[in-house]
Amino acid sequence: MSTSTSMFATLGYLLGREVKLAARRLPDVMTTLFFFVIVVSLFPLGVSPEIETLRTIAPGVVWVAALLASMLALGRLFGEDFRDGTLEQLLLAPQPLSLLVLVKIFAHWLLTGAPLVLMSPLLGIQFGLNGDALAVLVGTLLLGTPSLSLVGAVGAALTLGLRGGGVLLSLLILPLYVPVLIFGAGAVEAVASGLGAGGHISLLAAFLVLALCGAPWVTAAALRISLD
Amino acid sequence: MAINWYKFASPASFYPLAGRLVPWFWILAAVLIVIGLYLGFVVAPTDYKQGEAYRIMFIHVPAAWMSMFIYIVMAIYAGLALVLKTRLSTMMATALAPTGAMFTFVALWTGAFWGKPMWGAWWVWDARLTSELILLFLYIGYMSLYAAIDDPRRAARASGLLAIVGAVNVPIIYFSVKWWNTLHQGASISFGQAPTMAATMLAAMGIMALGFWMYTIAVVLMRVRCEILERERHSDWVQEMVSRGTYG
Repeated sequence: MSTSTSMFATLGYLLGREVKLAARRLPDVMTTLFFFVIVVSLFPLGVSPEIETLRTIAPGVVWVAALLASMLALGRLFGEDFRDGTLEQLLLAPQPLSLLVLVKIFAHWLLTGAPLVLMSPLLGIQFGLNGDALAVLVGTLLLGTPSLSLVGAVGAALTLGLRGGGVLLSLLILPLYVPVLIFGAGAVEAVASGLGAGGHISLLAAFLVLALCGAPWVTAAALRISLD
Repeated sequence: MAINWYKFASPASFYPLAGRLVPWFWILAAVLIVIGLYLGFVVAPTDYKQGEAYRIMFIHVPAAWMSMFIYIVMAIYAGLALVLKTRLSTMMATALAPTGAMFTFVALWTGAFWGKPMWGAWWVWDARLTSELILLFLYIGYMSLYAAIDDPRRAARASGLLAIVGAVNVPIIYFSVKWWNTLHQGASISFGQAPTMAATMLAAMGIMALGFWMYTIAVVLMRVRCEILERERHSDWVQEMVSRGTYG
């Protein structure tokens, strides 16, 4: 058996394992999703039920809620594996750690980011967004939430096993989320006010590519520090 | 004569060197800041548009420069620590963070004092203000991560990695905030074009910046000496020094 097939096989097993574990613990996945829905639903109560007002704040509200939801879910990215020792086995595995980390991040996005994307049109309609803006909202979330998971993974790895890790994580990661928030919400706003969203979407995609190249590698380094 | 710089990468030989340098940097800092303040507050002419209030610039602008510069230096030390595995670099990075955060805070605070008479608002969501605020968050994140980890070696490596990630992100954040601001067209007040400045104003600002720089070096060297003593407290040379009762 050549090394390359065994490597891809390992990555496949890892992905299967992550999905299976999450499927057995479905409430965890649903918690993140409902957190997202509840946070978004609080804004009309706190700000105003006027549809015009809601339409203006909709992109920002949905994006900030998505930011918070994906950040809250980060604790589970490495937490369980750290406690039961799986993470140490991954570190000892002959496959490159950054690739294993990438698979874990992808699985994590599949179970926390993707449901948010699927749920977002419903919330957009509640906030009075029309067809085009709605489509761009879903599209930018699809491009942006993987970046959030990738950047967040660095913070999750750095705060692994620390007391007060969750609050600390938000302090480290939220400032780094700023570009995604700006371009994600900006794209929806641009379309809603009749401008093109092309520029925003390109920058969002560029950020995703950068995160895809850098984050798994930095996360692997951070895991090595945390488990030293 | 060739100086062996690596010699001073060892905390044991850097500790006394830093101790000898600290007073000199304090003197330089005091002299430069006094000259800079004199030039800025007495010699420099009153601005025809902004009146006397503009003089806060002589503290505000150098503080803003230092806040960004220190973050870069901190990330470079963190990078050196990762590549060369030198203990002293991690200590330098740790020692720089509080001073950087202090200058960021001073820049924001004096900015608010300047903004009130000029724009009539303590705060506007201008690109520079917003990215400076995010820089403060990055400093606070760095220091919180360092404080949350008990083992100082792990703390230094983890926060060093965060500093590098932050340094990669700082330009991205700056430009995204800038474009966000130009696209938004909110209540922003543009102060992009630099007004032509009198030579004395420029000189005062430059001297203040140098003075802040010397202050930074003095404070960081003092802090790094404490850091060395704390982290090397079990080593022979520290034990010996303490038993002699001298802290050279």
